[in-house]
Order: sequence, then C-alpha cells, then structure tokens
Amino acid sequence: MSTFQIDFGEQKSPVVGIDLGTTNSLVAVMGPTGQPEVIAGPDGSKIVPSVVSITESGEVLVGAFARDALLTHADRTVYSTKRLMGRGSADVQDELSSIPFQIAEGSESVLQLRVADRILTPPQIAAEVLKHLKANAELYLGQEVTQAVITVPAYFNDAQRQATKDAGRIAGLEVLRLVNEPTAASLAYGLDKRKEGIVAVYDFGGGTFDISILKLHEGIFEVLATRGDTRLGGDDIDDLLIRVALEDIGSEWSEDIARNSELFQLLRRAVIRAKEELSFMPAAFIDLEYRGRHYRRELPRDLFEQLITPIIDRTLAPCRECLKDAGVDVADIAEVVLVGGSTRIPLVRRAVENLFRARPHTELNPDEVVAVGAAVQAGILSGDVTDTLLLDVTPLSLGIETMGGVVSKLVHRNSTIPASATEQFTTAVDGQRNVLIHVVQGERELVKDCRSLARFDLKDIDPVPAGMARVEVRFLIDANGILNVTAKDVRTGKEQSVDVKPSYGLSDEQVEAMIRESYERAEDDFRERQVREARVEADSILAATEKAKANDAWFSLSEEERQNIDIAINKLLVAYNSDDHTLIRDHIDNLNAATIKLAENMMNTAVRGALKGTKIE
Amino acid sequence: MPGVSSSQDYFSLFGLPRRLTLDVLDLQSRFYSLSRQFHPDRFVRSSIAEQQDALDKTALLNDGYRILRDPIQRAEYMLSQAGFDIGEQRSKDVPPELLEEVFELNMLLEETPDRAELEDAGAKFRRMQDETDEELASLFERYDATEDRNVLQSIRSVLNRRRYIQNLVRDVEKALA
Repeated sequence: MSTFQIDFGEQKSPVVGIDLGTTNSLVAVMGPTGQPEVIAGPDGSKIVPSVVSITESGEVLVGAFARDALLTHADRTVYSTKRLMGRGSADVQDELSSIPFQIAEGSESVLQLRVADRILTPPQIAAEVLKHLKANAELYLGQEVTQAVITVPAYFNDAQRQATKDAGRIAGLEVLRLVNEPTAASLAYGLDKRKEGIVAVYDFGGGTFDISILKLHEGIFEVLATRGDTRLGGDDIDDLLIRVALEDIGSEWSEDIARNSELFQLLRRAVIRAKEELSFMPAAFIDLEYRGRHYRRELPRDLFEQLITPIIDRTLAPCRECLKDAGVDVADIAEVVLVGGSTRIPLVRRAVENLFRARPHTELNPDEVVAVGAAVQAGILSGDVTDTLLLDVTPLSLGIETMGGVVSKLVHRNSTIPASATEQFTTAVDGQRNVLIHVVQGERELVKDCRSLARFDLKDIDPVPAGMARVEVRFLIDANGILNVTAKDVRTGKEQSVDVKPSYGLSDEQVEAMIRESYERAEDDFRERQVREARVEADSILAATEKAKANDAWFSLSEEERQNIDIAINKLLVAYNSDDHTLIRDHIDNLNAATIKLAENMMNTAVRGALKGTKIE
Repeated sequence: MPGVSSSQDYFSLFGLPRRLTLDVLDLQSRFYSLSRQFHPDRFVRSSIAEQQDALDKTALLNDGYRILRDPIQRAEYMLSQAGFDIGEQRSKDVPPELLEEVFELNMLLEETPDRAELEDAGAKFRRMQDETDEELASLFERYDATEDRNVLQSIRSVLNRRRYIQNLVRDVEKALA
C-alpha cells in the first residue's frame, strides 16, 4: 500500500470509478454537482469494448478498433479475458475448446496467452483496457488520474480480486478499492432516493452472474448475502447459438468455420446481433455471408427462449439460496434491481419477476449502472459523499487444511468485511523451525474440493520441544475481499515472519516487471508515434516539392539551386527510413530551407497568374 | 481513534452491558454508527498507521456484531469468556435425552425412506428446536437476573442438545432433497 499526500485544500486529484467488464468497460466520476457522470471517449462512446488487439507493427488497439480487428485479425485479438483472471491452465482444461486463444507454456498459476508475437497474462490485457479508460478520463477531466475504484463480480475469489488489483497497478492506477458489481449497482440506485428496506440485485453480465441481497437503512448499504457463478453469462448464450448455427450450416462449411477464426468471429457477431434483436423483436435472423456463401436462419423468440432456458435456470437456484442465506423471504424483498446487458432479454426479466414477485427496476441503463456506482464509491473514498457507507461481505468461506485433507473454516461466507479470525499453531517435532499453513476458499468439506488460495510458511520459529511453540496467526480479509496474513510468537510477542506462496496469480516481482515493461512500451509507443508523424510530414513536403518541379518557378531557379534541392530531397529520403524522428525533422527543415526561393517564385507566379485572371493551381 | 480497542470484549465494544438478552435493533444502530466512524472508507487519505487502525477496528466491529446479533453465537461467546469449553461436539456424544430420536431416525433413514414419514420427523425436530430456543430464552433471562454460573452450565447443555437437533434437521432435509 502506498501513502497519500496530505491535501492542503488544493484541487483534489479525482478518483474515478471503473466497471471492468467481460464484454464492455466504462469509466465514471463524480461531477462537480455531486452527480455521477459516465465519461465518453474521443469517439463519443461511453462504452469501451473489453477487446485488445495487437497490430502488425506492434501497436496495441483497445476498444471499438480492437473489436473491429476481431473480424480481420482474429489471431491477434483477445476478448472476454476477464473470465481467465486469477486462473491457471488446470482450471481451463475443460473449456479449452471454447477459449479461442493459444495458451503458452508455464501457465500453471497464471495463464499466458499468445497474442501475435507477445505473451500476455489476463491482468496485462485488463491493464490495456484500464489504460484506455484512464486516458479517456484524463482527456475529459483535463488532469492526471492515478487513483481508481474498480468493480469485480461479487463472487470473485481472492486470486481473481488480486489479479484485478494487479491489472490496475500495471496500468498505473492505485486501486483504492475493489467494489462488488451488484453492490455498486445498488449504490447507483439508492443514492438519490434515500431508499429503505431489503433490495435484491440480479446482475447477469457478459461473463459472470451475481445475486446480492442488501438492507438499506439511512444511507447504510449492508449486504446480507451474495451468491453467484463466475463462469455464467451472455457469452454462454452466444456459444449456444453458435453451436446451433454450426449444426445447421452443415458439416462442410462448419468445419471451415471451426478452423477459420475470422469466419468464426463473423458468426459470433451474427448470433450476438440476433440475440440483441430478439430483446425487442418477435424474431430475428442469424445472417452470415462469407466469400459468396450465405447462411440465413430465422430464429423466433419462442425457440430462442426454449434454447436458453437451461442457462437462465442456472441463475435461479443461486437466487433462492441467497434468500435463504440472507434469512429473508421473497415477501421481504422491497425492490429488485437488474444489472448487466443480459438482463435485457425478456425471458430473464420474466424469470426474475416470477421468482421475486416484484417488477424489477430498469430505470438506469444496465450497461452504465455499475460504473455509476463505482463513481459513487470513489466519491465516498475521496470524502465527497459523506452520508453513504457500504458494508459488503466475503462471498466464499475461508479455511485452512487440517489432518486428512479436511477444511477447518475460519471465516464463513457472507461475513461482513473486513473480517478476521485468529488461530494458534504449534510444532509437532522437537526443534521444528517452520510451520506450513495451507489456506483455501470454498464451501466444501475437503481441501481437494475447495480452491487453494495460498501456502503460508511460518519461518524461523524458536527451536523448542514439540508442542511448546505458540504462533498466533491472524487471517484478515480486507475491505477489498483480499486476504492478509500476519503472525506473532505468543511467548515472545514478536512478529513472526510469514512467507506467502500464492497458488494462483502473479508474484510482486512479476507485477513490478510488468509495470516497467508497460512503462517502457509507453515510451516506445510514443517514440514510434513521433517517427510516424515525422514521416507523414516528410511525405507531404516531398510530394509538394515533386509537384513544384512541374511549375514554371522551378525553371526560373539556377542550376545550382536546383541541384541543392535535389540533394536535400535525397538526404531526406535517406533519413526517412531511419527510426530517428529528429533526424527526419532536421532534413525536413533542410529541404524547407533549400526550397525557400522556389516557394517565393511560385508565389510570384501565382500572383501574376491571379492578376491575369488565370486559375491558380 | 478513541473508543475501540482490540482487547475489549464485544459487549463493551458496543457500549452494552454483559447480558445474554439483547435488543437486536439497538445493537444494529450502534453497529451502524460505529461503522460510520471507523470504516476504512473514511481513512483512505490518512496515514498508513491510521488506515491499518481503521481496518483492525472495523474487523473487530464486524466480528463482534456477527456474534452478538445471533443468540446462539452470543451465548457461546459468553460461555467461552466464562471459561467453558464450547468446542465442536463429537457426533458419538449423543445427549441421552435424544438417544431415542436418533435411533428412530437412523432406522427410518436405513429403510427406503417414506416421504411422509420423513416430513413428519422433520416437523418434529423443528418443533424440538423451537422448544430449545424457548428454553434458552428463559435461561438467558435467568442468567441476566442472577449471573449464576450454574445457569451457564444449563445453557451449555441446552446448546449441545440444540446443535444435535440441528444435525437431525439437516439429515432429514438431505434425505428429502
């Protein structure tokens, strides 16, 4: 954690709120009037697709351009990588077929994706999206942005949260807080209306599903319970429709599609368009045209609903369990809030309405509501919003491995965070110097059924007879939902050193290296851009000079003057291919100087021409 | 930051007397107002030491609120403070007054379980659970009035029985599912 400068009443640096989504990302900020504002990019769009593409020259494209590149350069483009955050290669074995990226060696604890000629981890990809949003915010605010609140699915585990924080650091953002997406949405809804009572937030996005139940009371937003599935979202509906279409198209063409990533992306775009149209049309077409071949299939809404019912049903069981966890009945729910693009699907709305027996709120744009809530939380942290406080919970139980691979739970899920537990450990052998503690997350009884979080090595324990050592370990889940572990020797009261070996995720050193690389690349990118701009300038002066040679003015120059110009042209052409923008600019200046007389003569010719009433070329 | 120290017990943390009976709404409003005061969200621009302090105190508040608002956990906390061992009871230590119920349920579960019979058993166990809750409530009042250690002893055995009944309810629910 880093320190902050004490504010002496000068203009405070703004804290932005970022919704880092599976499909789209947005940035918002509390405006001067105390109203949250979602920030549009230079292209006028508030929504930045969470897509990253690397061009042949090594340039990184983010957002709409990258999404377009999916159709032309699918092999250099990555999307929906939020689903890969905080995961290792073993996690994705069963879904390798649906991950259209190449996974490089050494992906056990962090996935390494091969994108063009680079190897990128999901946090680095997320960092590119964050950098893009950061730049948009800086352009809009006219000042540097270095601090942010970033939202995560409520059901994200420790590794996924840590990966998101790492992404922020790589992007040059200090992540002041990770906020759960459904909770952020409730902030956006409850802020102005001083709402009271029990609220359910149903958040069905591109890649994840969350349900949270909150109690709102006098500006306190207390989460009672949360459930979810970090591998369930609109992407699953797209995959389903793609499978249907592939079956339909026939073996010959579909084999081509499976092999041809560009054709696959065309189909993906076609089914997404059909899915979106079906939210307000009774029928839509999956329309695909590729090199003279045409596939068109009508998809009536009732068939669509029949197809996706199993997916929607997977969201309902967590809702019922969440009600039970929160200790409330359906009748206690005062309001239901819908979040995420997938809640535009009419079947989803009906299912939610049936379950909670309340008409869900849809006043706020489901794409923007999470970013708006993140901005509100940013306002709370920067002290601009004072009457509101969020009390969130940890979605998963935290436990340690005990004898026989059994989990002993220390912090139960749905505990309000920060939450802590202390546990005493001792040695089993005389003179034992180390104790290894394996921490897991999950609800199951056995370690093998839970998610390994990290191994903590208590080191340099005083060599005493077995059972005499007393090390007290404190497990603290902070307000971001991330575990911190400290230990002390009970007999001496001394801080005990703890070595952390995270099971998944980047080490601190790796993150530092990525920050450096990102910084260096930023310099490279800047230099490259300067070279490119210098060449554009050179192009235009070379073209102008070449054209001038046809002008009468050229022939009014002396032989020597003409020769000097030709030498300057040649020198610029040599410099042109160097990577040194100052050299190019020097020779542009040189050519400019050599052509002053030519330009003057041309001007005179033009003036004479104008006086004669001829058209000036 | 005055007002909260990590060595404090949960009752004094919330400015409450050490009582087993407690007004949960009052506890909630105390919890909310202390949270407003100490939550890490309020100290993001403070020094590292103050941030750590806010984190520690809020964790303590949250842990305390979670325990005190639940009568069972509150009683267990009081028992452990008073030096009673409240460790997880092993399944073979069946409270004698429950032996008959346990035996009957096991018989029922070994046969091909009949749904109606299971539902009856479930209803019976839930009734027993309600009865122990009432019993606990009156013991709580008696303890608060007398502060008699013998009452704590009685509470401990009722809690053991309740935990066992809870397991029976769970077994029935599992069989019904």
